Amino acid sequence: MIVRLLLYLFLCLLATSAAAEERIIAGLSQHNVSLTTDFAGSELLVHGGIFVDKGDPGPFDVIVAITGPSAPVEVRKKQREFGIWIKGRAVQIDAAPSFYAVASSGTLSETLSNTDDLGYRIGLRHVIRLIDAPKWVQVGEREAYREAVVRIREGEGLYSVLPNSVTFIEDRVFETRIKLPSNLIEGDYRARVFLTRNREVLDVFTDTIEVRRAGLGRFIYRSAQDYPALYGIASILVALIAGWLASAFFRTFFPT
Amino acid sequence: MNIYLPIAEVSVNALVLLGLGGGVGFLSGIFGVGGGFLMTPLLIFIGIPPAVAVATEANQIVASSFSGVLAHWRRRTVDFKMGLVLLLGGLVGSAIGVQLFSLMRALGQVDLVVALCYVVFLGIVGSLMFIESINALMKSKKGVRRPSRKRHSWVHGLPIKMRFRQSNLYISAIPPFGVGLFVGILAAIMGVGGGFIMVPAMIYLLGMATTVVVGTSLFQIMFVTGATTLMHAITNHTVDAVLAVILLVGGVVGTQIGVRVAPRLKAEQMRILLALLVLAVCGKLAFDLIATPDEFFSLGGGGH
Repeated sequence: MIVRLLLYLFLCLLATSAAAEERIIAGLSQHNVSLTTDFAGSELLVHGGIFVDKGDPGPFDVIVAITGPSAPVEVRKKQREFGIWIKGRAVQIDAAPSFYAVASSGTLSETLSNTDDLGYRIGLRHVIRLIDAPKWVQVGEREAYREAVVRIREGEGLYSVLPNSVTFIEDRVFETRIKLPSNLIEGDYRARVFLTRNREVLDVFTDTIEVRRAGLGRFIYRSAQDYPALYGIASILVALIAGWLASAFFRTFFPT
Repeated sequence: MNIYLPIAEVSVNALVLLGLGGGVGFLSGIFGVGGGFLMTPLLIFIGIPPAVAVATEANQIVASSFSGVLAHWRRRTVDFKMGLVLLLGGLVGSAIGVQLFSLMRALGQVDLVVALCYVVFLGIVGSLMFIESINALMKSKKGVRRPSRKRHSWVHGLPIKMRFRQSNLYISAIPPFGVGLFVGILAAIMGVGGGFIMVPAMIYLLGMATTVVVGTSLFQIMFVTGATTLMHAITNHTVDAVLAVILLVGGVVGTQIGVRVAPRLKAEQMRILLALLVLAVCGKLAFDLIATPDEFFSLGGGGH
């Protein structure tokens, strides 16, 4: 690992001339995650190095953010009506990532200014934004809808904020481990690695992790999408055969 | 032993699913109910998305009811003629039910309506069954013979009379068709087979011979849930084959055991057990509607 890093550093040294004075490079332990039927979650190792051309060497901070594919989310709040709890009207959050993890070498506020946090959309409050709340939502309530998305997905292991989890194994070499839960969905996950100093972003490294269904699960999913009628009939046939097999088996070995 | 379900997009413990399938299948074999009224809420409870739970459960009921029908068929306890009339009603009913379901979906309150349906119907059926079976048990203990069921009620005054030899009935085809229709509607809305409504209706409303009630209801359920599975697969792509296979392996085995245990149990005691079970599920769902939730917000729409 270290050898590879040094190689990266060397290549960067050759490649960069004037652009930035401080650069960050990183490697991911996996670029492909296969959602097979025995997928039980995974761990992503992000490691990398900081390269300083000249000038002030630090101290540096590193922030690693992994973002899953985004989709709109409807949030509803329950209200008690006629003695039972009924879901109220939906508030649409236009885009919320299906997965988001942000790891940093300190706390996020120690390592990142509000300006850069907003600019790069790193902290969860900038990742999940409620831009156009419907008029019927009271101003004081808006934040509660946005927070609900974060809270519920944190509970499901899909969102995580991991302060002090990027560790420096050498002066300029860091690593962090991010847990990928078993309820990942398919899509391209974006990895961003930020280098900061005095809470200011100096450099960003980006990479992509492809999360895909694989094997039997992929076959089943594609069949269900592409040949729904055939898939439905096949499901029924499998059910009938299983029912018959069980019946025949028990009749043979455990006659009534 | 966790397993990732390709359509549901969640990872769940395969042993838990096997156990659920087996337990519910066992009850299915004893009582002649599909078991969906237990399984669908349980699947949602362990984190399967409701749309996938409903569709996949329909597929699983096909397996367990077919397995049950075969066992009953050999014992000649299926009235196919009655089953066909019930089935015709059931298919019409489920088509209506699917339309109602889409309508409620457009209004955005599917889960509330589904939960209320569960509470109302499980509550009514469970209470009636419980009271009736307690009465029957007390009478049999006192040594008083149960009065034979009324052979002639308003049901017998209707036209299109048919003879159902195995059910020991000569009645109009309209009431069984109506029962099938009503159950079909409920089945489509609640994601169940509907045996828990049909079995009491067959006994108390139609006055069928109790020996053929279970087999005949399983016969109807098998076809109606088959049609439901196909409709869900085509319109919503929500039948999860991996989930279905695990559930039905547990389910068919459980059903076979249940069918073998059933004759050794006393009818009244069986009915009390089923009544208590139905009331327990009803109570849990009612509690969830009334109790102040831990989480006031819920997410939906965007996700899969």
